[in-house]
Amino acid sequence: MSGERSSTARGQILGAIRRAVKRDGTDAGSAVERRLAEHPEGPRVERARLPHEALVALFVEKVEAVQGSVARVDSPEALPEAVADYLKRHNLPTALRVAPDPALTDLPWQEKAPLLSVSAGRAEAADAVSLTGCFAGVAETGTLMLASGPEAPTTLNFLPETHLVVLRESDLVGPYEEAWRKLRAREGAEGPGGALPRTVNFVTGPSRTGDIEQKIQLGAHGPRRLHVLLVADGEG
Amino acid sequence: MQATSRNFKDNAHRALEDANLQKAMGFVRTGFIDKRKAAADALPEFEALRDAARDIKNHTLANLDRYLERYEAKATETGAQVHWCTTAEDARETILEICRSVGARTATKGKSMIAEEIGLNDFLERNGITPIETDLGEYIIQLRKEPPSHIIAPAVHVTQDQVEADFRSHHKALPADRSLAEPQQLVAEAREMLRQKYLDADVGITGANFLVAETGTSVIVTNEGNGDLTQILPKIHIVIASIEKVIPTLEDLGVILRVLARSATGQEMSAYTTLSTGPKRPDDPDGPEQYHVVILDNGRSAMLGTEYQEMLRCIRCGACMNHCPVYHAVGGHAYGWVYVGPMGAVLTPSLIGVDQAGHLPNASTFCGRCESVCPMRIPLPKMMRHWREREFERHLNPPAWRWGLKAWAFLARRPRLYQALTGLQVRLMGLAGRRRGRFASLPLAGGWTEHRDFPAPQGRTFQQLWAERKRAA
Repeated sequence: MSGERSSTARGQILGAIRRAVKRDGTDAGSAVERRLAEHPEGPRVERARLPHEALVALFVEKVEAVQGSVARVDSPEALPEAVADYLKRHNLPTALRVAPDPALTDLPWQEKAPLLSVSAGRAEAADAVSLTGCFAGVAETGTLMLASGPEAPTTLNFLPETHLVVLRESDLVGPYEEAWRKLRAREGAEGPGGALPRTVNFVTGPSRTGDIEQKIQLGAHGPRRLHVLLVADGEG
Repeated sequence: MQATSRNFKDNAHRALEDANLQKAMGFVRTGFIDKRKAAADALPEFEALRDAARDIKNHTLANLDRYLERYEAKATETGAQVHWCTTAEDARETILEICRSVGARTATKGKSMIAEEIGLNDFLERNGITPIETDLGEYIIQLRKEPPSHIIAPAVHVTQDQVEADFRSHHKALPADRSLAEPQQLVAEAREMLRQKYLDADVGITGANFLVAETGTSVIVTNEGNGDLTQILPKIHIVIASIEKVIPTLEDLGVILRVLARSATGQEMSAYTTLSTGPKRPDDPDGPEQYHVVILDNGRSAMLGTEYQEMLRCIRCGACMNHCPVYHAVGGHAYGWVYVGPMGAVLTPSLIGVDQAGHLPNASTFCGRCESVCPMRIPLPKMMRHWREREFERHLNPPAWRWGLKAWAFLARRPRLYQALTGLQVRLMGLAGRRRGRFASLPLAGGWTEHRDFPAPQGRTFQQLWAERKRAA
């Protein structure tokens, strides 16, 4: 019976650890409680502590350095055209699976991009192109931070060959420390002790492998193309 | 996995004669080293981050029981099912029970060294569940029925031509005249072959690079995206992680991630770093319905409080082997178990016993490159030396070896005699080798000179040169 085995093992493992670390009786674990409560930051990484425009430039440079691409878009209403442009330029299918997020599904697809066939939902095996939102962009390494939820299925980030990501400029952060703060603030909004989303993906460029003679190939199992639509939203 | 570490010498001998292996290892000798250096140089705070990463793990190990309890409490609160296992056998049984609870027939797998350590694939297969490796390197070695030869690049010993031959012999349903001359074609074929398997699998099994105590989260770091497809498509996601994977907070994760990929592949970040917390939420459109975490000890708690404790800081980046001249020469299989190169030379004796793996800590020139690039600043050569001492104390070395060491110790403790004898030896060898500058063979050193020449000394010892230099200054 695995429950019994597990609780016996738990006692053995924790007991063995306690005997081995030989703490004296005065150590009541306050350093552990403090660390968990205050979550101190590590060495300060300067690279991404920049004013907004320079931060955007760093983000673009870093995404391109890992074979992703970025297009700057003036407003959310301009997104359908930007998407249609990208698909046409790369000769990609016009069927688009969009995250079931009103901010994306309510865009003027019919008026602005009538040739696209847009459907909302999680990804299915046959989907070639997906469009999702994004919780944050981390300029330090050109990384997208995608958090799962009812409006953000994780399958869209991995199954299709082409992944298009809408990132609002106001969601761009510099170093990782700001990303953790933003994630924790979201957790706080769901009440104290709230959980992180089921999945948080940090995505840095398209899928790749070096498993054949160390030569980097894109599109190993995840998307072959990663394109970021960076939307100016006046809050930068 | 059955260990053949006892046969290190024979394994190494065969490896040196293996032309395919030597060709494949050629790519290792160059690629990894330059990329790591460029990535480290591009981040001014890199050395400070290494110090901080070391300190985080030291603090965690000193409080490992507390952080594991916090991790468990938080993970359970968010809906994870946590299973504790002391041995490999416990872990295999636990995973099998979970698979059987849903009548699983296939399980997809992300790359996990712990799964290799406990021999999970063979066990599942014997019990009627087909394990499917999805990392390209792991997929290749599963076809070849081989163990991994590197902890982050498991098929690093295989050449492109061999991969092509393996795909042709296993993917029989595809047209025989298809072109597979380009690596991209091989990658595309593996992608195609595995796509349906992800969708059909009942269970997805991954390892974990980290467990975050603060949030009850498991973290995987990959480049292909296979680990993510493995864990989001099936009904059940099983994580297998050893006890030392736990770290305190998200900020600590950020510090260690900044040194991990740079040390491993020279990337600033791997393509995918994924944090998983609990099963899918009621309103989530996708994700696993059950999320199990198997926490495995398998010998690690016994390393705490010993001279090998610092090895538990290891984050499995592979930098030590990427920079190791011995690993470069013989490849990973020679080490005879899951963990290879310098980290394997320290960890393997700890986990399977120095009587099994005593050769490994001896397979080092103590050049120190491993320690100099280890992001967690693990003193690997020092710990290999400790293992050599244990081996000697337990009389595990052969008699000739012990006599040689004793003779050397006798001399080393008598500096005048030592200097006189080495001075004479170096002078004689300098005279004998004056014409060619090297020796193709030497008495008592046949093993050394079999694969390379021994450079002739130039007539004086290091100590003599040093004394002269001091006099001149």
